[in-house]
Amino acid sequence: MTTEATLRGWLLAEIPTSKLQARCQRVFIGWLDFKRNPIAMIGLLIILGLVVVAALAPWITTSNGLELDLANRLKPPSSQHWFGTDELGRDIFDRIIWGSRITLYIVALVSIIVVPIGLLIGTVAGYMGGWVDTVLMRLTDIFLAFPRLILAMALVAVLGRGLENAVLAIALTTWSPFARIARAEALTIRNSEFILAAQMQGISTVGILARHVTPLCMSSVTVRLTLDMAGIILTAAGLGFLGLGAQPPTPEWGAMISLGRQYLIDQWWVPTIPGIAILVVSLGFNLLGDGLRDVFDPKSGN
Amino acid sequence: MSDSKLLSVEDLHVTYNTPTGLVRAVSGVSFDLGHEKLGIVGESGSGKSQTGRAILGLTATGGTVGARRLEFKGTNLLNASERTMRQIRGGGISMIMQDPKYSLNPVMTVGSQIEEALLIHNRTSKRVARERTYEMLRAVKIREPERVYKAYPHEVSGGMGQRIMIAMMMIPEPDIIIADEPTSALDVTVQLQVLAVLDDMIRERGMGLIFISHDLNLIASFCDRILIMYDGRVVEECTAAELEQAQHPYTRGLVNCLPRLDGGQDELPVLKRDPSWLTPPGATR
Amino acid sequence: MASTAGGQPTAGTGLALQSKLTSILGVFTSLLLTFIGLTAITFVIGRMMPADPVLAIVGDRASQEVYDQVYLQLGLDKPVYIQYLRYLEQLVEGDLGTSIMTAQPVLDDIIRFFPATLELATVATLLGIFVGIPMGVLAAVHQGRWPDHIVRVISLVGYSAPIFWLGMVALLVFYANLGWVAGPGRLDVFYDGIVEPATGILMVDAAMSGEWDIFHNALSHLVLPAMILGTFALAYIARMTRSFMLDQLSQEYILTARVKGMPEYKVIWGHAFRNVLVQLITIIGLTYASLLEGSVLTETVFSWPGIGQYITNSLFNNDMNAVLGGTIVVGACFVGINMLSDLLYRLVDPRIRK
Repeated sequence: MTTEATLRGWLLAEIPTSKLQARCQRVFIGWLDFKRNPIAMIGLLIILGLVVVAALAPWITTSNGLELDLANRLKPPSSQHWFGTDELGRDIFDRIIWGSRITLYIVALVSIIVVPIGLLIGTVAGYMGGWVDTVLMRLTDIFLAFPRLILAMALVAVLGRGLENAVLAIALTTWSPFARIARAEALTIRNSEFILAAQMQGISTVGILARHVTPLCMSSVTVRLTLDMAGIILTAAGLGFLGLGAQPPTPEWGAMISLGRQYLIDQWWVPTIPGIAILVVSLGFNLLGDGLRDVFDPKSGN
Repeated sequence: MSDSKLLSVEDLHVTYNTPTGLVRAVSGVSFDLGHEKLGIVGESGSGKSQTGRAILGLTATGGTVGARRLEFKGTNLLNASERTMRQIRGGGISMIMQDPKYSLNPVMTVGSQIEEALLIHNRTSKRVARERTYEMLRAVKIREPERVYKAYPHEVSGGMGQRIMIAMMMIPEPDIIIADEPTSALDVTVQLQVLAVLDDMIRERGMGLIFISHDLNLIASFCDRILIMYDGRVVEECTAAELEQAQHPYTRGLVNCLPRLDGGQDELPVLKRDPSWLTPPGATR
Repeated sequence: MASTAGGQPTAGTGLALQSKLTSILGVFTSLLLTFIGLTAITFVIGRMMPADPVLAIVGDRASQEVYDQVYLQLGLDKPVYIQYLRYLEQLVEGDLGTSIMTAQPVLDDIIRFFPATLELATVATLLGIFVGIPMGVLAAVHQGRWPDHIVRVISLVGYSAPIFWLGMVALLVFYANLGWVAGPGRLDVFYDGIVEPATGILMVDAAMSGEWDIFHNALSHLVLPAMILGTFALAYIARMTRSFMLDQLSQEYILTARVKGMPEYKVIWGHAFRNVLVQLITIIGLTYASLLEGSVLTETVFSWPGIGQYITNSLFNNDMNAVLGGTIVVGACFVGINMLSDLLYRLVDPRIRK
């Protein structure tokens, strides 16, 4: 027996012998499902590619994407400059690569802000019920009903233009669906036997929320987050395009399109390539999210 | 009886191609149906519902149906065109499903759903169709047909829903009704009402009935003849009166499991399964 | 013949009407609450505004006396909630302040710019409905086969593409290279100001005054931005239609319809689609609302003189009254349309929901 075969056997054993094995099995069976879905795999590859490219940026690029080279302005794509150069002679390929870090930074920052807030509000509302639930959900609904981009614009107008403020504004308009999801999950498990058992063992409300309720929300939150990533990226790029997000010379993709806009007709590659980058990455998140949803929640989807 | 034979099924197979391999839902079922009440009994997964679906040509995607013979009043259902099948469905063979909560369209009024069943098969005016619908609703013992006509499915009770379902399936006057667990979703008190309505209608119109259920008692008291299915096969066929003398150990097991008032058993018997039941008697393949 | 039992529909019509009214009341309550929330946010944003509102009025050469007077006039000495109530009062009166940029009441500006946005968003939504719904149905009916894959890819790409970039590329191809459509703006310059604005929607105004040249020109300007904006609507609607339709097709009443001997196209459009349509009402409302706000980016790319462009321009000129006024109006429309579609959904769906 090869180790691979025994590992597989352990992962597919009918009766798991430990908690760890059970957990690994669930992930593995999900993975087997996921692997069969070519669309989801493409999504995963795109996102993995993005992460790898962002991590290896210093080794892939030849410049930091910020230095000017006015002698080489607006050069078309060539073997030397794969994606051509922009109006200040900067290599567009390098700027795209460095820009991938910004994209990941935005996505990560928004997630870090949004998920804990949403989980906290949602699980507390769902678990406590009563007037706490009513108040929190009203608040959530109010935020859910807001137009995202306009509100983000108004906030950025007050907070000042810049990447962090754009992220903050996006986060403020993104957390509410997570609260809804977490509440729905908390409601369904609130009255289940094992929560009752935990209560009788004298575990505190905080303990139950953190140890029992939250973990069960994670799969639906993950799916929703992945699907929302695309929206977050597009909103951030939109703010960048309007000049309200990342400021030049930061190689943020939306801002790059905005600056390259005037060269569209004669030097099409300057604004076109960052647009393709945005499209590919947001497509990647959408594909991945679709696939994850099929695995975690076979009811919706196919 | 052969002159009045409505449906004849010989060696019916339904197989599903699943990622884990071929699954035989029905393998080698044969029976004839005349103007009578035939009961098919079996536990869930025994293939009894699949048999009903296969007759109507409504096997779910991924399933294939094969048979040596599948004939309705001389029409071969196996190679019938989609057009012919549509005429037979509803007009010749109809089916009543388990739960009216799901089997009626929630956003259409009860009346329009019944009327529609008629209009598919008969070209009549809207007015005549409406009159016929009222008539039909009265026939299933609904007192205020005009009111129920305008009601939506969620506004009627389960028992009434099932009577509406009966009206809907009977209105084009089919020759055969397949009733697939028609009372399983209902309260015990309502079950009898619905069964009585069904019984009246079948008898008055002289139809053939295939009654599918997991409830041996119910089938024994309601039907003339019984097929007992296990794992996609018919393991026993007998008349309702002969059930006590059934031969197959599975049937015997089932019969023995029925609680009785006179038996004085200390323990409820449990059905013990035997792997040999899985091979057909006198295996031919 | 054991049964003679008749029956009554369990829910009487009077009861149904009452619970319908309750649910409509619920919609209005949440509309009111959401609106209060919206104004609270714009109020807070207005408070946090870095510029001193008094200085903005009196100018920095005014004496302390004048400054204090205006300070009191604006009610800035009062508690915050009084200030908020005052703000609400002004809003209800339609007073959104004066724009610095145009030196006109913000409300007047908005009334002038809004029809352009409305026109764009409406055409885009219609496009999304009339193309997206059939696409979604087609995909669901042929699930797992090539029509499904094509629709899925189109809707995913439409969903993922940055709209402003798509608009730019479309301008490059269809206007600059092919010359099929007119360029940015709502009209060619020499047509400007000929038609008397009655509705503010140029094509309607032109048709009403019989200026067909202008009508064609306006149409030619509208096609591209509407299609670009419509791409998103189409993608979203197609995707939701597909998933609703798949869900409905697996319901048991579909089997019932087939058992009746109904032709497949009637099963799909007569039975399944009726249920899908009820669900789609909210989706269409959501799309329309989000296009009203999402047109900001499209308007920028196509120099479309709508509310989005007005807000963006005001933002760059630090014209806070205009920005906040625009935000409130767009926000109110957004909330209003969503509530309206929710209401419609409750009225159309016979199953009255809690």
